[in-house]
Amino acid sequence: MPLLSVSNLSTAFHTRNGIVRAVNDVSFHVDKGETLGIVGESGSGKSVTCYSLMGLIPQPPGRIESGTAMFDGVDLLHCSKRQLSDLRGKRISMIFQDPMTSLNPYLRVGEQIIEPLLIHGKISRAEATERGIAALREVGIHDGAARMRAYPHQFSGGMRQRVMIAMAIITNPELLIADEPTTALDVTVQAEILDLIKKLQQDHGTAVVFITHDLGVVSGFCDRVQVMYAGRIVETAHVADVFREPKHPYNKALQRSIPAMQRKGAELYTIQGLPPDLSKPIPGCPFVPRCEYVQPECHAPVHLEAVAPDHESACTRVQRGTLHLREQPPETMSATRIDEAFTEEPPVSGRHGQQPV
Amino acid sequence: MFKFIARRLLETIPVLLIIITGSFFLMHAAPGGPFDSERRVTPEIQRNLEAHYGLNKPLHRQYLDYLGRLVLHGDFGPSFKYSNRTVNELIGESLPVSLRLGMYGMIIALVIGVTAGIIASLRPNTATDYVPMTLAMTGICLPTFVLGPLLVLLFAMKLKWFNPSGWYDPTDAVLPSLTLGIYYAAYLARLTRGGMLEVLSQDYIRTARAKGASEWRVVLKHALRGGLLPVVSFLGPALAGIISGSFVVESIFQIPGLGRYFVTAAFNRDYTMVMGTVIFFAVLIVAFNLLVDVVQVWLNPRLRFQ
Ligand SMILES: Nc1ncnc2c1ncn2[C@@H]1O[C@H](COP(=O)(O)OP(=O)(O)O)[C@@H](O)[C@H]1O
Ligand SMILES: [Mg+2]
Repeated sequence: MPLLSVSNLSTAFHTRNGIVRAVNDVSFHVDKGETLGIVGESGSGKSVTCYSLMGLIPQPPGRIESGTAMFDGVDLLHCSKRQLSDLRGKRISMIFQDPMTSLNPYLRVGEQIIEPLLIHGKISRAEATERGIAALREVGIHDGAARMRAYPHQFSGGMRQRVMIAMAIITNPELLIADEPTTALDVTVQAEILDLIKKLQQDHGTAVVFITHDLGVVSGFCDRVQVMYAGRIVETAHVADVFREPKHPYNKALQRSIPAMQRKGAELYTIQGLPPDLSKPIPGCPFVPRCEYVQPECHAPVHLEAVAPDHESACTRVQRGTLHLREQPPETMSATRIDEAFTEEPPVSGRHGQQPV
Repeated sequence: MFKFIARRLLETIPVLLIIITGSFFLMHAAPGGPFDSERRVTPEIQRNLEAHYGLNKPLHRQYLDYLGRLVLHGDFGPSFKYSNRTVNELIGESLPVSLRLGMYGMIIALVIGVTAGIIASLRPNTATDYVPMTLAMTGICLPTFVLGPLLVLLFAMKLKWFNPSGWYDPTDAVLPSLTLGIYYAAYLARLTRGGMLEVLSQDYIRTARAKGASEWRVVLKHALRGGLLPVVSFLGPALAGIISGSFVVESIFQIPGLGRYFVTAAFNRDYTMVMGTVIFFAVLIVAFNLLVDVVQVWLNPRLRFQ
């Protein structure tokens, strides 16, 4: 049984300019201990998906229109406030994108780190402080006792994100949702934070939902990946397959726009146009206006469907077998390059017995 | 922190000096003098009186004498109107009355204002927001000299719960304190609501919720400090307003406070009394502003470490 299983989640914002359908009929699951990557351009509904699960959607204007999210027998979308509060911060934790604004500037860092312990269990302050210092040590901050008394503005961005992580793991959660945890950080710090999350996950066996707009980050980090576009999931598969056998033109376009995946000197690809306006109805495939492979059938409604073992796509043409994205000119990408570029260890090769050309 | 306070204290010296000098010369520039209204005084007696109080000397000498006595002995001089009483005595009697009235007014303003503001901010654009905010708007629009008589009419004349004026019974403080406090309660309610709404939309509030904090905890522990910053910075001007408001309120309710003395002293050209009350009000306001700044720094760690 999966740790978390989300079905048909739809979340909308009722604004003055109409109803923004930020998340549209999204279903996915997270198994115990695995890492699920959610990838998509900014505005594709990644954050709203996670906030919906955590009960963090501001209502109004937000509204969860439909869906269920089962976590250990509790439906996060319909349980009582009390039940949800008991879960979040204890068994499900979250790290946010901007560490500069996500810590309370008026409270000492230590106070904030140990807060989940104080909220969720009977524990003395002294004992909580001990565990706070231990958590800081785990995220690589060694003068924890002194750091606990400092205020957020005395930390750099990378250090603040470490503090956020310490705060998130202090209760030993089963699920950690990381919403673009490295986007706001310097490139050098990004790698450190990624390594840290990876290490903590392995040490504790925590399941991680890792959100990013950077497909490049995903390859070395996640077990499975789902690609989001315009509030929908358009492709989901094991990480190696996402790169080796893209089954949706949007995924393919994303990969072609990653510098590290291109030959040296090759012109970098940019996806033409803009994501659709989510306050207007989108009858067919939302990627149609930007897709290179559009055919008339693409204007009909489309749903996520299995197109290969453990591989789902929401492209009508791929589903019908009239589009094979892998058969594109070989200069666009090569699997060995991906591996060199993104993985420290070679991925389990030939999961489906197919090596790309 | 100590250096900060010391610097601010030093800064107040020129401020006070300007206030003293300005009001001294302005007051003497106003037509009339302290003994003009006593018609039966012969020119000779008037001259004697003026000589007695040093009013026959050139103005700059009078100014230097006054400043010298004030700075060296803390002496505000004798009252020109209340014979045989010094200004120090009169202030000593009336100040506690004014301070009590001001304090009650401030407490009413803070308790009602901040509570109403927090409640309004929790569910913006619903009934629990509109009702207190409409009341607040009404409170802001009602001037003290209208609100005071209205309260008297309702609670003293009609319901007979309180005395309409005077300062004898402890309950006599209720109506004047309300009159004084309601305007500021209304203003503070709006400030609190604005501050809280701003803070409640911050990312760190979302973090607190994600930790499983209850709504109470989110508001009291995470939001209140930041949300009250605008309120704290308004307290300085609010005190100044409450003090000048006390002139009116003390007159309406016949309360023997500093404000009423000030008003009568100004009419009577009681020079020393006017100067004494002006300086006292100035010191009060300066001191309170300093206190407000200290509280602000204390509330905001980013300022505290500079
Ligand atoms: N509070 C809100 N009010 C209105 N629209 C919102 C709000 N929050 C998010 N949205 C909309 O939801 C869509 C998805 O946003 P989000 O999930 O933050 O994207 P991302 O994938 O970058 O995390 C965007 O179009 C955004 O404009
Ligand atoms: Mg986001």
